[in-house]
Amino acid sequence: MEHYISLFVRTVFIENMALAFFLGMCTFIAISKKVETAISLGATVVVVQTIAVPLNNLVYHTFLAEGALAWAGLPEVDLSFIGLLSFIGIIAATVQILEMLLDRYVPALYHALGVFLPLITVHCAIMGGVLFMVERDYTFGESVVYGVGSGFSWALAIALLAAIREKLKYSDVPAGLQGLGITFITIGLMSLGFMSFSGVQL
Amino acid sequence: MAKPTAREVLLNPLFNNNPIALQILGICSALAVTSNLNTALVMSIALTLVTGFSSMFVSMIRNQIPSSIRMIVQVVIIASLVIVVDQILKAFAFGLAKQLSVFVGLIITNCIVMGRAEGFAMQNPPGLSFLDGIGNGLGYSAVLIAVGFVRELFGAGKLFGVTVLPAVTDGGWYQPNGLLLLPPSAFFLIGFLIWGLRAWKTRQVEHTEFKMAPQTHKEAY
Repeated sequence: MEHYISLFVRTVFIENMALAFFLGMCTFIAISKKVETAISLGATVVVVQTIAVPLNNLVYHTFLAEGALAWAGLPEVDLSFIGLLSFIGIIAATVQILEMLLDRYVPALYHALGVFLPLITVHCAIMGGVLFMVERDYTFGESVVYGVGSGFSWALAIALLAAIREKLKYSDVPAGLQGLGITFITIGLMSLGFMSFSGVQL
Repeated sequence: MAKPTAREVLLNPLFNNNPIALQILGICSALAVTSNLNTALVMSIALTLVTGFSSMFVSMIRNQIPSSIRMIVQVVIIASLVIVVDQILKAFAFGLAKQLSVFVGLIITNCIVMGRAEGFAMQNPPGLSFLDGIGNGLGYSAVLIAVGFVRELFGAGKLFGVTVLPAVTDGGWYQPNGLLLLPPSAFFLIGFLIWGLRAWKTRQVEHTEFKMAPQTHKEAY
């Protein structure tokens, strides 16, 4: 249990998806002008990440990893090279199914998230989370925690950035830095702040 | 709309319509690989090739793709190309592939590749789309290499791993700026780069939502 908690804290604060690995930057910058939209996008990412990472973990360890097909009588087959293709396929399928399920059963949530759901397929944080899970060889239990944690870390970062940007629009920024430039520098400062967590040992 | 010429398509993305500085695309995997020039260069080459070829292939079959599943088709093409790149890197440059870790795989979700496939290759013939992909790849590379150059030179006193400014720790005179090797510096550098670019090409400056009220002077109290 302790192991899982420390993994969660590490994923959220020390290895923050957006601020330490720069993943999901496109949407991070494009959709952080308002706190409400930022939070609903963040929530979407948490949901998709929580489903996609463990699911890919299962698929990877049952079909793709070296020697994983031993149960089918093919112990020497190594399909890990096809991993990238199947991960993106699984993510796309997850997003599509989630969209249909939400539309059918929770229309309120569907309308709140509606615009963002299809975008999530090409969201770097999701793909990044899956690839990190494979690279670090997480077990199924760890992958669940990692999925929730990394999604949450991204959501936290975008909510914070949106809050700062809402205030920032009233300030007097030099012309060339207006908009994108100052946003980058803000993210840099936030990232610097989050680096102070890196000394935390659990 | 005038037909875009090959020259425009290839060179515009470099400064006039830079994918990172203006279109806000492809920043995702860009920043983490710029702490030294080697990885930045490899990443740039990989991305440029993938963008060029994926645009070409998407453009070749653009009339056969049903529009409802075009995203999936594009993603499959891109993913296949990335697998090729990934395997080549693992075979011939294993050390670099380890350093780049997940970021090669992340080319799949790089918005530049998708964006060009969707925004340009779906309407234009293969040759032109290939050039457009290469051009946008070069625009991305320009930013990546500029950032990588500054970070490695001032952060470690090296270029491509070769010592240029001998560091104090090795008996030289240069005190390396450790901050430049850390993630936040990439954001600052790109922020300043955008500032510079926009000071040069003022057309790209964004407009403010709010203006400061002019300071009014009162001559005497």
